[in-house]
Amino acid sequence: MTPSTSSSAKRVARPHRSSLFKAALRESFLKLNPALLIRNPVMFTVEIGTAVMLLVTVYIALSGETDQGTPGYNFAVTAVLLLTILFANFAEAIAEARGRAQAESLRKTRQETPAKVLPADGGFSPDQVRVTSSAQLRKDDLFLCETGDIIPSDGEIIEGLATIDESAITGESAPVIREAGGDRSSVTGGTKVLSDRIIVRVTTRPGESFLDKMIALVEGASRQKTPNEVALTILLAGFTLVFIIVCITLQPFAVYAGTPITVAALIALFVCLIPTTIGGLLSAIGIAGMDRALRANVIAKSGRAVETAGDVDTLLLDKTGTITIGNRKATRFYPAPGIAPVDLIRSAALSSLADETPEGKSIVELAGPEMTRELSTAGATLIRFTAETRSSGIDLPLNGSARPAGRPNGLRIRKGAVDAIRTLVRRANQTFPEETDAQAKAIAANGGTPLIVTENEQVMGVVELQDIIKPGIAERFERLRKMGVKTVMVTGDNPLTARFIAAKAGVDEFIAEAKPEDKMNYIRREQAGGKLVAMMGDGTNDAPALAQADVGVAMNSGTQAAREAGNMVDLDNDPTKLIEVVEIGKQLLITRGTLTTFSIANDVAKYFAIVPALFVASIPALQQLNLMRLHSPESAILSAVIFNALIIPMLIPLALRGVGYQPIGASALLRRNLFIYGLGGLAAPFVGIKLIDLIVGLLI
Amino acid sequence: MTNELLGIALIYGLAVLSAYPLGKLIAAVYAGRPNVMDWMAPLERLLYRIGGIDPHRRMNWKEHLTALLTLSGVWFVYGFILLQTQGSLPLNPDGNPSQTPDLAFNTVISFIVNCDLQHYSGESGLTYLTQTAVVMFFQFVSAAAGMAALAVLFNALQTQATDRPNNFYVYFVRSITRILLPLSLVLALILAFNGVPASFEGKDTVVTLEGDTVQVSRGPAAGMIAIKQLGTNGGGWFGVNSAHPLENPNFATNVAENVSILLIPMALVFALGFYLNRKKLALSIFLVMTVGFFAVLTPSLTAELKGNPAIASLGIGQPLGSMEGKEIRFGAAASAFWGISTTATSNGSVNAMHDSMTPLSGAMQLLDMMINAFYGGVGVGLLNYFIYLIIAVFISGLMVGRTPEFLGRKIEAREMKIASLVALLHPLLILAGTALASHLRVNAPQADWTVRPAGWLSNPGFHGFSQMLYEFTSSAANNGSGFEGLSDSNFFWNYTTGLVLILSRYLPIVGPIAIAGLLAGKKYVPESAGTLPTDNATFGLMTFAVIFILAALSFFPALALGPLAEYFSLP
Repeated sequence: MTPSTSSSAKRVARPHRSSLFKAALRESFLKLNPALLIRNPVMFTVEIGTAVMLLVTVYIALSGETDQGTPGYNFAVTAVLLLTILFANFAEAIAEARGRAQAESLRKTRQETPAKVLPADGGFSPDQVRVTSSAQLRKDDLFLCETGDIIPSDGEIIEGLATIDESAITGESAPVIREAGGDRSSVTGGTKVLSDRIIVRVTTRPGESFLDKMIALVEGASRQKTPNEVALTILLAGFTLVFIIVCITLQPFAVYAGTPITVAALIALFVCLIPTTIGGLLSAIGIAGMDRALRANVIAKSGRAVETAGDVDTLLLDKTGTITIGNRKATRFYPAPGIAPVDLIRSAALSSLADETPEGKSIVELAGPEMTRELSTAGATLIRFTAETRSSGIDLPLNGSARPAGRPNGLRIRKGAVDAIRTLVRRANQTFPEETDAQAKAIAANGGTPLIVTENEQVMGVVELQDIIKPGIAERFERLRKMGVKTVMVTGDNPLTARFIAAKAGVDEFIAEAKPEDKMNYIRREQAGGKLVAMMGDGTNDAPALAQADVGVAMNSGTQAAREAGNMVDLDNDPTKLIEVVEIGKQLLITRGTLTTFSIANDVAKYFAIVPALFVASIPALQQLNLMRLHSPESAILSAVIFNALIIPMLIPLALRGVGYQPIGASALLRRNLFIYGLGGLAAPFVGIKLIDLIVGLLI
Repeated sequence: MTNELLGIALIYGLAVLSAYPLGKLIAAVYAGRPNVMDWMAPLERLLYRIGGIDPHRRMNWKEHLTALLTLSGVWFVYGFILLQTQGSLPLNPDGNPSQTPDLAFNTVISFIVNCDLQHYSGESGLTYLTQTAVVMFFQFVSAAAGMAALAVLFNALQTQATDRPNNFYVYFVRSITRILLPLSLVLALILAFNGVPASFEGKDTVVTLEGDTVQVSRGPAAGMIAIKQLGTNGGGWFGVNSAHPLENPNFATNVAENVSILLIPMALVFALGFYLNRKKLALSIFLVMTVGFFAVLTPSLTAELKGNPAIASLGIGQPLGSMEGKEIRFGAAASAFWGISTTATSNGSVNAMHDSMTPLSGAMQLLDMMINAFYGGVGVGLLNYFIYLIIAVFISGLMVGRTPEFLGRKIEAREMKIASLVALLHPLLILAGTALASHLRVNAPQADWTVRPAGWLSNPGFHGFSQMLYEFTSSAANNGSGFEGLSDSNFFWNYTTGLVLILSRYLPIVGPIAIAGLLAGKKYVPESAGTLPTDNATFGLMTFAVIFILAALSFFPALALGPLAEYFSLP
């Protein structure tokens, strides 16, 4: 992963390294328990081999038999085998410890928080408030939060509005506003109310919050294996079985050839051949993947979701906030023919005075204080924007104070997109001036958004709104394209504007004039074609699409419905986070694939170390297979098992970090990884075993 | 020597050149497209009517397999009865006896499964009736069954549902009527005109130049030899197979037979490309197979042409290469090439004694059968390759960070389970069988059998080990050739290899068909820039590495104790 994709939020501080290390070390021994180890068939067989070697060593020490080699040699082999398992256990333990520490530091903020519970029937007077611990909360309980309170549980605001500090979760220090109704009604446990009071309904059962789910994903014992991991485990078990067959049948072969093999040599050969490297690191790789997601401030509800992200073909992104910075700004007024500029500006400003949207505010700003000072909207009815009418505005009363001269009958001012207003105008049997239409098209062609303003269904003119595209976004889309992911921009803009922004930002497709159901239809269509679709959303409107998408990332600021529907929650509310998640998913698979290749390629060299050592005593001709010219049969076998054990801890950092993903095309990536991990896997043990043999040769 | 190499270049070239158009025809036959063999349709309709088969019925993968296994079951009973009673049935001019139950068991199984391991000699162990009605019949139907199984795979790998024929019996019947029968007819005529007997009369009496009178076996052999080669069967009319002058009289017949050995296995790879309209995929598979083929051919060819070092150390020149066990009319190069062609394609016929070849050739022939997918047996070779391919797709798919997929379908746990089991089976059968034999040879040399384990091996030591290893490898690969020098027609070898034959034939067919069936039931994912292409050089290299590493890792110790130990012990 490149640093450029990391989010701006600051990360939660990690516990000190040495305490993690110590905890992991202790865990490595506890994990020797066969009942736990059986989940990992490869390492489980190593444990059986170790147990057999232990018995043999004890037997030799007691009986003084010499056929099986010296007690010291046998003990050495046993010890190295035990070390192999401990290293593998340590890999899993350290990954778990890191993940758990990450999750704990999030969870710590939410434990033992006092909760002000209200009776369910509603009577919200302060004397009915009962204070309990957050752990006592049940789903659908109501609680009250006032200035300075820590919110005790995830929930949905049912009454009130508050500014909330979410830095404990997101690391972002700027407070956010949450209010009942609408798309910003959900709150997260552990965050702090900075002002005002809210009443919140608990939405999760204790132990079922997203964090609890995430913690389960980084615990080796309770972790559900992902589908790809299951398939790989099967393949590795297959390899293990092949080598069981190879080693068991080797004994009668050797007896026929007149060279009985010692138990130590046979078990050493077996352990060297089975894919212990990937077998030992597999679990750690999976946990580390979840940990990486957590560190990117993404809470995944399952490992499967993260893995699926790596396979995504199509990515749906909202234009606003993702591709463009915040919102559009009004930049110019274009009056319709026969309308004085000042009339248009006044209408536009009037309709926007009570309009809290950023676009509305920017119109008031553009109109200037001189114009707006004299206007008043007292007694007016505000017409909110809806997805259906796709226009908003204001109705001024008949004799309102704001009544302009010469217009005795009150005013209906509307502003909206061209097609929405055109419908409105036509319905009133008015004409839509061609000049205005042309002006609107010209604005749209330049990437702006034309907003038509009408007074009593008469077109007054156009307001030009302009978008500002986020810097660096085009590069990220280019990266996605190289990964094979198609980007689709979803916007309410008209097709002309949408095309301009799409081209400028470098997205592959766009859905213009999108209604909520368009997203859903698009996802369904892509999925019918076999594509995997990811999307990010925050509103309740998005919930069905989030649920339909293969990877649905809900923003933490989104509604409870959205957060329930998605399979990941992004704590940073960063719409480009999906790109990071896709890469985490890919890295997970790549790390498993490359280490499998490395592990299996290693076997070739191990054969050339051990097979000659087994038979050279009675078949001197096989000395020619001893390519590494190892010191003696005993040192060859010991060196091979030592190499086999040491390679595990040496690869732990790689397993935890993940093998980097590069969007250079699948074939090029395969070539690159095959070269590094395949060829490297062939060569490394020749060098490693030879070096270890030089040292071991001195000792025995 | 140059001429000898040109001779094998001619064989290889002819095989490739004729395989390409044949592949096109085979694809058309299975896809139900109009083709030059459509005049066979009335005969096929007649066969369907007799068999009560509805050729338009579409089958799922389980029904395909049921059809295959049912056919095999019927053939087993039929063959078993005929072989055990052949002594008293007609068409037995030489008065040969019926087979013992263990030998009949081994013979029937070995021909049904397209292996043709022969623990008897055709001249004395069979009659003309059983040679034609059992052996030759089985050589047609077992080859056709393998090809039909492959056609099932072709059909399942299509990206969209089509109305192409999808009925096992149709694939099976058409394989015979439109491919095997016409080709056999051509080859049989070539052979017959070159002196291969085609007569129902009994042994001929010939007076040699020295004045001795010898009995020469003959029979309707030309037709059987044709299908023996074309159907990658390999079971010869005569005991010494295509080394026999009446089975393979001259260099020209040797070329014709060797081309036939490679022809259909190669053509089926091209057929895959034409059927699925993925010629690049077929080409990349063909190239991987070809690189593998030449990788095992080169050491064998070099070793045979160089001559035997043990003889060289006695100061004897070997201008013709190592000629022990070879026919002077073919020479060292053509014999080595034949040895590698047949072990690659699971065709058990021989034109020289593999037992007498240099140890390196023995090692390469063994390796060829252990891999068993460089062209491979008719139909089954590509099915074996499919398993390697699935494993390669899986590992490389992970390496590029995407759930592995092949031809738009995801490879998941169930497919990997089947692929792992099938990949595991081959080493299991070969190594466990050889281990059992080695164990008995050492620990029960005097076991109370007609042939005691002590008497099994003509050369104890490394070479004896190779003989046992070869016998089980040949059985597990459904190849059928023998290292000879092994006393194999007895209780132990007949039953153990018979069992190996059954398991190694059917599971490697069931596995790939099941995988393809499961894949066909999955959602089709169109290719994108993130999809790993499976038809280019990079993926070919990956597949090659998987094949070689799997084989090397499974069999290296066994090869080290047999042919490699022998090779390194040479002066």
